[in-house]
Amino acid sequence: MQLTGAEIVIRCLQEEGVEYVFGYPGGAVLNIYDELFKQDKFKHVLVRHEQGAVHAADGYSRSSHKIGVALVTSGPGVTNAVTGIATAYMDSVPMVIITGQVPTHAIGQDAFQECDTVGITRPCVKHNFLVKDVNLLAVTIKKAFYLAATGRPGPVLVDIPKDVTQAKAEFNYPKTITLRSYNPVTRGHAGQIKKAVQLLLDAKRPMIYSGGGVILNNASSQLTRLVRLLGFPCTNTLMGLGGFPGTDPQFTGMLGMHGTYESNMAMQHCDVLLAVGARFDDRVIGNPASYFRSDRRIIHIDIDPSSISKRVKVDVPIVGYVGEVLDEMLKLIESSNQRPDPSTLKAWWAEIKEWQRKDCLRYDRKSELIKPQLVIEKLYEVTRGDAFITSDVGQHQMWAAQYYKFDKPRRWINSGGLGTMGFGLPAAMGVQLANPGATIACVTGEASIQMSIQELSTCKQYHLPVKIVNLNNRYMGMVRQWQEFFYGNRYAESYMDALPDFVKLAEAYGHVGVKIEKPGEVEGALEEAFKQKNRLVFLDFITDQAENVFPMIASGKGLTEMILAEEL
Amino acid sequence: MRHILSILVENEAGALSRISGLFSARGYNIESLTVAPTEDATLSRMTVVTAGSDDVIEQITKQLNKLVEIVKVVDLTEGNHIERELMLVKVRAAGKDRDEMKRLADIFRGRILDVTDKSYTIELTGTGEKLDAFLQAMEPGVILETVRTGASGIGRGERILRV
Repeated sequence: MQLTGAEIVIRCLQEEGVEYVFGYPGGAVLNIYDELFKQDKFKHVLVRHEQGAVHAADGYSRSSHKIGVALVTSGPGVTNAVTGIATAYMDSVPMVIITGQVPTHAIGQDAFQECDTVGITRPCVKHNFLVKDVNLLAVTIKKAFYLAATGRPGPVLVDIPKDVTQAKAEFNYPKTITLRSYNPVTRGHAGQIKKAVQLLLDAKRPMIYSGGGVILNNASSQLTRLVRLLGFPCTNTLMGLGGFPGTDPQFTGMLGMHGTYESNMAMQHCDVLLAVGARFDDRVIGNPASYFRSDRRIIHIDIDPSSISKRVKVDVPIVGYVGEVLDEMLKLIESSNQRPDPSTLKAWWAEIKEWQRKDCLRYDRKSELIKPQLVIEKLYEVTRGDAFITSDVGQHQMWAAQYYKFDKPRRWINSGGLGTMGFGLPAAMGVQLANPGATIACVTGEASIQMSIQELSTCKQYHLPVKIVNLNNRYMGMVRQWQEFFYGNRYAESYMDALPDFVKLAEAYGHVGVKIEKPGEVEGALEEAFKQKNRLVFLDFITDQAENVFPMIASGKGLTEMILAEEL
Repeated sequence: MRHILSILVENEAGALSRISGLFSARGYNIESLTVAPTEDATLSRMTVVTAGSDDVIEQITKQLNKLVEIVKVVDLTEGNHIERELMLVKVRAAGKDRDEMKRLADIFRGRILDVTDKSYTIELTGTGEKLDAFLQAMEPGVILETVRTGASGIGRGERILRV
């Protein structure tokens, strides 16, 4: 049967089992929206800004392991979406973004709402396509879904000119697809895996370091089994939180620029490091030259060969899906008689416990001002550690990562790579739709939240009862912190003057707003908010303006050069 | 160190900009880049001459392999290979220079493709070094115009790059 391009788009999305499309209509996608209107197999969520559409699709994907789908129009629709696409790309989130384009005959004519979408997005997508022939539309969308989800996942964009959505073609949706130029290595090399296991069993000061790859590949149960079987310490990156249970005694906390003292010390002083789905980035190990130790052996499991030996030279590289590689490692260890030597391991743990005694995350609990850390701790208690937490970017993000103990994967949703302010609220919308009935909090700050504040309207329209935990310190806190430490307290443009009344603002959008100014009111306010199951509650916590995130490693320094709270 | 990368890539619109974009985005250098379709019209073959430490070349190769449209990448400089570049040079050929130019072209096994009263256009093929040597052998001011293709390369003997 002959279908129009617009009908084909809809049918493809239905074939892929898409539940939600996040989008915003416009001239170039009107044919697609018209077909969307005529069907009820999937729902469309109308955001208030295209960036929000992509973040929402992103949050939907991260919290569910499904592919997020966004639909935007040409020109400004695309340029608005770029921040969202780059965010998803940096954190390897599988998404398909469908964009309208001016008709093929108008391409290159500087037509109204024309932009070079494929050119603009090329550096921030896993792949993109411009479909000029309606006969190639279905197969291209199939390729997009396939590419997004396999190998190292990522966003894939399909740009469709308006005349292609009008033209007709026979609809055949391929069940499977192969591309001769795309064959990611998915099974780890058996010899390398054997070598890795032997290194681990012989280790004296072992450390396991896992990242977002464990979450993306649903490998946290394998990782957890491995860590417990070996009895080794384990740290997670910002992207990897929840990959290993945050309340497990073998968990040493997050590592990196704002990681725990014990994790960073153990990373530096270990003799065998197992890196799983993590990429040794600058916020994690700081300066690679300071990290180097000639007597340390590094095993690195990753789906992306280009992540291996990029910043840090690796001794045993293993390319493959981390879950499958960990399965193989578990089999080898379980069938081996050898176990790590208990006495050397005990001595290593004693050293780590000594580092833990620094109690690097302590803060002033008796303060008369609301400490942001207290809000997160109470949030953890009130939600019994079982919420989905999205965040924006800055101090609040680090506090949420440090003080909320994530026991499960896909519960901590934040922009780790790109560091996108304005991510948290739209992402929370996607999380809520992917997990109806779940408890969802967006931890944010008064600067970040204003970058996507318009999405409060979307939350109203779709009854998304997200709880917004606004840590309001009247500063762009992380900028202020750097200015305090490294720029002689010159707070250039980091003060948020003329803030709105967030309570009234929330109410104006049809939500509940609450302002909390005393530490004693924090817990009660949170409890009240989470009792309101069907309402979005905006909790505006007026926090201590001077609070800083500790520990901290200054940019370009080594892992052991931490600034702790007491040292200032 | 100088490396010659041979790349088989899907002959699709935009493939070239993906590759050149990768080099500029990640700060890798390109000395030269040539591309044309192969005997299989669905594939293009590209030769990129680049320079960098072993670590950088390893990253370049990995990053290229990650591009969805790239079918294969080979570092020709890892083994025996042949490398050729084509140059067209327009030179002043009047008076006493005229015979000298013809002689020089002969010595370098160049061919004169176009002749006017005042100029020759010479075609020369060889390694980049040979082409450089030819240009250096000429009196300054004689060269009116040059155009070079950049290097193309192929493995020696049984080394074959194909799908």
